[in-house]
Amino acid sequence: MRSPVKRGVIVTSLVVLLGTGVFWWGTDGFTALTAETARRVEILRSPRPVPNVTLEDQDGNIFKLQDYQGKLLAVDFIFTRCTTLCRSMGMIFKQIRDLIPEKSLGRDFMLISISFDPDHDDPASLKKYGQAYGADGEIWRIARVPDKAELKALLEAFGIIVIPDEFGGFEHNTALHLVGRDGKLRLISDIDKAVPFAEEVVALL
Amino acid sequence: MSSHMLVQMPLLAVIGIVACRMLPVRLQDSILVKVGGSVPCVMVALFASSYWMLPRALDAALNDPLAELAKFLSLPLLVGFPLVLAWRRLTLIGRGFVWTNFISMLAVLGWLYIVAPVRVCNSYLVNDQESAGWYMVIISVLIFLWWLGTLMVGGGMGPDKHDSSGSGTTLA
Repeated sequence: MRSPVKRGVIVTSLVVLLGTGVFWWGTDGFTALTAETARRVEILRSPRPVPNVTLEDQDGNIFKLQDYQGKLLAVDFIFTRCTTLCRSMGMIFKQIRDLIPEKSLGRDFMLISISFDPDHDDPASLKKYGQAYGADGEIWRIARVPDKAELKALLEAFGIIVIPDEFGGFEHNTALHLVGRDGKLRLISDIDKAVPFAEEVVALL
Repeated sequence: MSSHMLVQMPLLAVIGIVACRMLPVRLQDSILVKVGGSVPCVMVALFASSYWMLPRALDAALNDPLAELAKFLSLPLLVGFPLVLAWRRLTLIGRGFVWTNFISMLAVLGWLYIVAPVRVCNSYLVNDQESAGWYMVIISVLIFLWWLGTLMVGGGMGPDKHDSSGSGTTLA
């Protein structure tokens, strides 16, 4: 590199190449500009095992997430005091349940709404939330994770970030999650994609 | 969100700016020659600063200690430092490029944050996103007005540190 101009050109090209490479790497090939998209893309590419946490449902039953192995499981995250998104989540989950053939419900496919607010959401309030949407406590359970450390691990595995808002509630990324028969999280969909989500489930039955 | 993007991150870049200005001019010049002149420096700063404008990078910096470390290192070293190295050697057009690029990026990103129908950062409230957007637009307008002012008064050269040898202000 004798001339400074030549050197400048070479270094600039390297910088552009490297910079583009970093952007490519940091956005999954320019597809995921937000953390939310990134989490969905990553799950599709490599389904992720979810921790075997202990849950308590609206009837006070204690069970494990692993109990669902061998079945397809739809998961969403809620808190029962929520007045906005979680309400529509309830309707959406109801819609999904109604789109699945009845013979598969409970045998091949189940739903669970998990509260990330165990301090407020005791079985009684979970039950109230469930009754509003016809969650029966068997095919569709509303549950909380009583153990804080387990809850944290669960939210982390699903990629859910919960932040308190200024009204005493929470803001959180909302989506439809599908856990496969192998106990691995395999699909994350937008909440307005209930029908494609149900179709995906039916295809896997 | 506003304090993260508009206070902490600019301050990190300022650390790099101050650090570079503290070096002797001769050392600055020899580094500049070694890295191939001012164009690569501007490109590095451009790439690094754009990267940290991605909503995903902001989220990562909050949730992943490694990304946080990368932010603390890259903003001073890859944005502030190379900009100062290049600045004294930049022509009026070069400086104008840096300014207009920066101003328009800030304004467009701010606008996107204001009108985005979704929450782009999982770690921030939707209100935060909107107010950060407004701050960005306001700041970009202020910077633009200030830069316009320097065009009238100082010939558009922007901040320039005159050094005793005088070599620092020559434009390549």
